Amino acid sequence: MTHGLSHLPFCFFSGSSPPICRPCEVRTPASGRGSRVELAAVMDEAGSSASAGSAPRGGRPARSGVFYKFTQQDLPAWKPAMTPGYVIAIFLIIGIIFVPVGLICLQASNRVAEIVHRYDIDCVPDAYRSNKQAYIKDSSISKKCIQKVKVQYHMKAPIYVYYELDNFYQNHRRYIKSRSDKQLRHGLQYTDSSCSPIERSNGLPVVPCGLIAWSLFNDTYDFTRGSMGLMVDRKNISWRSDREHKYGKDVYPFNFQNGSLIGGGKLDPDIPLSNQEDLIVWMRAAALPQFRKLYGVIEEDIQADETITMHITNNYNTYSFGGKKSLVLTTSTWLGGKNDFLGYAYLITGSSSIFLCILFALIHVKIPRPHGDAAYLSWSRKNGNN
Amino acid sequence: MKRFVYINDESYQNDYCDNQISNTKYTLWNFLPKNLWEQFRRFMNQYFLLIACLQLWSLITPVNPASTWGPLIVIFAVSATKEAWDDYNRYISDKQANEKKVWIVKNGARKHIQAQDIRVGNIVWIRENEEVPCDLVLTGTSEPQGICHVETAALDGEIDLKTRVIPTTCIGLDSEQLHKIKGVIECPIPDKDIRRFDANIRLFPPFIDNDICPLTINNTLLQSCYLRNTEWACGVAVYTVHTQFSLEGKHVDNVCLKERLCLLDNTLCVAVEIYSNEIIKIIIIRIHENNTAPCSHHMSGNETKLGMSRGVPEPKLTAMDAMIDKLTGAIFLFQLAVVVVLGSAGNVWKDTEARKQWYVKYDDDEPWYQILVIPLRFELLCSIMIPISIKVSLDFVKSMYAKFIDWDEEIYDQETDTPAHAANTAISEDLGQVEYILTDKTGTLTENKMIFRRCCIAGTLYGNESGDALKDIELLNAVADNSPHVIKFLTVMALCNTVIPIKSPSGTISYKAQSQDEDALVNAASNLHVVLVSKNGNNAGQQIKTFVDAVDKYAQLGLRTLCLGWRELSLEEYLEWSRLFKEANSALVDREWKVAEVCQKLEHTLDILGISAIEDRLQDGVPETIEILRQSGINFWMLTGDKQSTAIQIALLCNLISSEPKGQLLYINGKTEDEVARSLERVLLTMRITSSEPKELAFVVDGWALEIILTRYKEAFTELAVLSKTAICCRVTPSQKAQLVKLLKSCDYRTLAIGDGGNDVRMIQQAHIGVGISGREGLQAARAADYSIGKFRFLKRLILVHGRYSYNRTAFLSQYSFYKSLLICFIQILFSFVSGIAGTSLFNSVSLMAYNVFYTSIPVLTTVLDKDLSEKTVTQNPEILLYCQAGRLLNPSTFAGWFGRSLYHAIVVFLITIHAYANEKSEMEELSMVALSGSIWLQAFVVTLEMSSFTFLQFLAIWGNFAAFYVINLCISTIPTAGMYTIMFRLCRQPSYWITMLLISGVGMGPVLALKYFRYTYSPSAINILQKAERSRGPMYTLVNLESQLRSEQGNSTNSILTAPVKNKNSVYEPLLSDSPMASRRSLASSSFDIFQPAQSRVPAAYPRNIKTS
Repeated sequence: MTHGLSHLPFCFFSGSSPPICRPCEVRTPASGRGSRVELAAVMDEAGSSASAGSAPRGGRPARSGVFYKFTQQDLPAWKPAMTPGYVIAIFLIIGIIFVPVGLICLQASNRVAEIVHRYDIDCVPDAYRSNKQAYIKDSSISKKCIQKVKVQYHMKAPIYVYYELDNFYQNHRRYIKSRSDKQLRHGLQYTDSSCSPIERSNGLPVVPCGLIAWSLFNDTYDFTRGSMGLMVDRKNISWRSDREHKYGKDVYPFNFQNGSLIGGGKLDPDIPLSNQEDLIVWMRAAALPQFRKLYGVIEEDIQADETITMHITNNYNTYSFGGKKSLVLTTSTWLGGKNDFLGYAYLITGSSSIFLCILFALIHVKIPRPHGDAAYLSWSRKNGNN
Repeated sequence: MKRFVYINDESYQNDYCDNQISNTKYTLWNFLPKNLWEQFRRFMNQYFLLIACLQLWSLITPVNPASTWGPLIVIFAVSATKEAWDDYNRYISDKQANEKKVWIVKNGARKHIQAQDIRVGNIVWIRENEEVPCDLVLTGTSEPQGICHVETAALDGEIDLKTRVIPTTCIGLDSEQLHKIKGVIECPIPDKDIRRFDANIRLFPPFIDNDICPLTINNTLLQSCYLRNTEWACGVAVYTVHTQFSLEGKHVDNVCLKERLCLLDNTLCVAVEIYSNEIIKIIIIRIHENNTAPCSHHMSGNETKLGMSRGVPEPKLTAMDAMIDKLTGAIFLFQLAVVVVLGSAGNVWKDTEARKQWYVKYDDDEPWYQILVIPLRFELLCSIMIPISIKVSLDFVKSMYAKFIDWDEEIYDQETDTPAHAANTAISEDLGQVEYILTDKTGTLTENKMIFRRCCIAGTLYGNESGDALKDIELLNAVADNSPHVIKFLTVMALCNTVIPIKSPSGTISYKAQSQDEDALVNAASNLHVVLVSKNGNNAGQQIKTFVDAVDKYAQLGLRTLCLGWRELSLEEYLEWSRLFKEANSALVDREWKVAEVCQKLEHTLDILGISAIEDRLQDGVPETIEILRQSGINFWMLTGDKQSTAIQIALLCNLISSEPKGQLLYINGKTEDEVARSLERVLLTMRITSSEPKELAFVVDGWALEIILTRYKEAFTELAVLSKTAICCRVTPSQKAQLVKLLKSCDYRTLAIGDGGNDVRMIQQAHIGVGISGREGLQAARAADYSIGKFRFLKRLILVHGRYSYNRTAFLSQYSFYKSLLICFIQILFSFVSGIAGTSLFNSVSLMAYNVFYTSIPVLTTVLDKDLSEKTVTQNPEILLYCQAGRLLNPSTFAGWFGRSLYHAIVVFLITIHAYANEKSEMEELSMVALSGSIWLQAFVVTLEMSSFTFLQFLAIWGNFAAFYVINLCISTIPTAGMYTIMFRLCRQPSYWITMLLISGVGMGPVLALKYFRYTYSPSAINILQKAERSRGPMYTLVNLESQLRSEQGNSTNSILTAPVKNKNSVYEPLLSDSPMASRRSLASSSFDIFQPAQSRVPAAYPRNIKTS
């Protein structure tokens, strides 16, 4: 019964290499694992005390350099603080910059001499006043119209002649998309569906195709000063880049305005598109329903109190949708035409920021907040109340 | 359901497939369709695909379809490339494995073939340190005892060596015979279980007898293990790779399964180990004289199948992702509203106004679908409200967060050379939003580094004075005197375990143990054996009472107690039992159950030898870490398999609970349902009453009561869980741990589970965030976890630094992404009011695409470097985490702020642009570029304003991007065919352009700055205050000033606890409450050792007593 047990001491403690007895010769009371780990810890300590620049361990980044700092999210960083001083200064600077800029803009805008003359109603004969559409659609009625304007200020050349349309949606999606840049550049073989609904007429492609071209503005203007004619230079009114790169020199109008419905103006089929400057100007669609387009440039000064006679051919139909047509004569400055908006906007912004600057300064003086006072921490407050 | 493998018989080999490994997900042919299909299962991708398809209809598309297709294809290409690369790498490694040369036996001679040509039934030879190519049944080894050692790290993550033994029938065969061996192996069809292999082997004559010999997992070499410390081994291929399930599917079982086999000097010891309810380990030893005793007794007390099929874990969604999804949904609804309103307005305008505009040339009779055209155009126009870039940006920053965690030197464990690792790169933000931490104890809070400290042998307590039994002179004397009890005790201690002695060439012996406890015991025994020369004798009956007291005493000291016992068996008794055991062991069905049953027959009427006590020290910095994390508003639950008193002791030591009068501990216990219910009610009542008091309440519940509660009183317990900030659950099983996590999750709390052992895997997988400690219990937990760290104290940095920064950064990034998309979208909408509500796009296709993909995405990505507060400030003021926890930086109201800002900025940009560029300047292309530049200027300033710290990278990204915008547009302006040919040159020459930009910036940012400043100064958030404090370089106030919590509770534990001697007791083993064959064993065992269970009433008494001593 105790047969097995009797072997027990022999098994363990006889000298014949029982594995279990061996460790005593080499072991400390601590377990092997323990001592190994302790050793590792000591070594690591030594390593880290001599740390910086030591060799990278097993795929870990080296302990220096920008990349190491990046990996440790420890790149040197500028941490601006939103102190009252800085903020007040920022608003002050905004004010100091914006107010003068506003004044300069206003001054520039005021230097511009501008005449805006709306003629779409005046040019309709009294008899048709109640039915303007009948007038404009009746091709038998002469559309000639003479308007006189008195110039208030001296206008220095160059004087730009614009026609202004209002309530005319060149930016309507159906309209603005209806064109083919390829056709304008390369000719009728590139006519495609992008021109819909003015793509083909009588089975033949239309050049230039599309609604924009089809609705080409076709009022014309002539000016006289006293009895003298006033030369309007109609050359170079379009962008040079358009003439040279966007419209083909060997693309000629074809089958244009030949359909059942005639839209706007017609084009001389013998002049290449790159020279059809009215078309090029018109094709630069406006982003807003009220817009001006360049008609020509007058290279002579116009004196104050002079009367300008405008000979208008009132062809273009804006009556069906209540659009407005105006003729604009204006000079220009570095800032462009007359536009008070920028000036006033700058003045208002500048003065508001100065106001804010003063307001913040006052509040800061009245209710000073020591910067970074821990007493305002909500949990501190709560603690204090307790 | 069975398979018969004929050893070395080629005529049967073709029934099974070859050994070709294929882990690849795709083939060359199905890659594109399969990958696309997978990608399109995501909602966002479906949305963008729909938009992109709609854009192909030229009638409604506002922009070139390329503006959506481009980014969409880029995004798809990026993820497809990643997949393809991963798959290619898999293919390469498969190929290497497949073409590896192995030796097999063919026609009685060894042949060299490629691994992929191995067939079922082949005999495969492996040399030392080689990888096993397929699942083998061991038939021979170089060792005379017929054992070999394998490393199974690839399979289960455990790095210690395991012993494998050849089947009895094969013992004694020399290598010559092994070449000729024939036979049949009857085994089940392949399954996932790597812990189990219930099969039989029968060798054909002339080899030995034709008895059936049972096979267990101990007789196998599984694929991807490595052969160690053994010159060679050979085995019969039973499962080839093709028939196996992929490694992913193989589950990792509880760590505690052990082989009870010791082979020492041709003597086979049968070791039996059982665990009673009180984790008392009783060990019987038996030594059999038969040299070739064919019994490898495999058994263990806690083999409960945990059923932890790992499978592919569900992708985790962070709270932040959920919030972003919600906001995306809200934006989507808003978009639909815009589409409906503007679409109908557009149709009305068309019918009333546009028809009068002859130049638009609407037809009078249109196809029916025309009514849909304008709404669809707006749908497309507004589709950019949901930024296509957000997914990519988020993926990028998230992988950066993960990288930062991997790189972080401060959470790099130098002791074990383990860097922290973020296995799940997608959930870093959740770290900042943790509300509950559920922590394991062993190896997580403690080091799991066991040291034998005390023992109680035959009623004598050793090691009481010095705290180290090995230095106790009395024990040394007893050993020297050959005191029989002591010797027996030490013998049991040294023998009954799974420790493998490894002899190094120099003759020293080191131990490889699966359990830290066993390692400690064997080492302690070996230290004492030095002086041992003794013979054994019979022991007299012990005073059981002494042992009960000793167990209790040690437990209160935080030591792990282990009770050793023994019983003598007569030879007949043993042979009878051995036969039964063999029978049970060769059963093909229910083998474990049968083995357990047989073992029970042996494990009774044991004599107690003594009690050993092992110390497991608390890890460095655990109390401080818990204190700081609790201060930051995180609630701690400790889930452990330990005894109640030990658990409470540890909880006190590591600041989890406070002693009276600051804290109060409530007990939920009871054996019956009624008792538990009453107890629960009482605790709940106390909790409700005192919840307003500044007293730290915690409850303690044990696994038994928990089981009843979780099945019967779930609602009451849920209420309790919500009320209680701290809880200690002892004696809980892995599945209960997971259940508790689930319960907290169901209350909508963000949970983090941290653990180190296999028993924590389920909890870790269940929780929102699983953190594994890559500790001594193997890597199972770390493998299953989303984050693995080397030490518990790194959790502090992981949460407070990485989690918090990640949250803040993602909060900014996601809202900003919506801001910039909404900005451009609002401008489009505003523009539609001046373009006849026809759905014209102000911006051209190129700009729109580049705006989303380049101009606005790049600068904001540097938010990964943004730090609102320095790491130091955050760790000094952990309360600040509340801002992340409560989701204060990303919620509908902050989002409303960004929404408002984008609306305001859109109005500013649009109004200023159309007024500054009115009349003769109102050319479409120019105006569009002015508006776009305005948006770019604003976004550069917004990013600048919202960032708190600027490294050179941020400057580079913000202003470099700004410069890049001009460079890119100037480049595009040189292309004659481009729509915006010369536009940028023209604009840059106009003073009015620059003046307009300045105005947009001033008007856009002025109020934002003023508002921010006002808030910052006069109603600052805690973050602002700390920022100010940090930046004013004033005296930094520390935790002392800010001691108390933002929440009503008061400060924390006293210092006396911090400085208390750090001692600990723990147990690797979980109590068994589930319905396994072990359950009956446990109850049986516990009934026989009921006397060891300390009365429940003693525990509360012990609790204050201990505080005094500490």
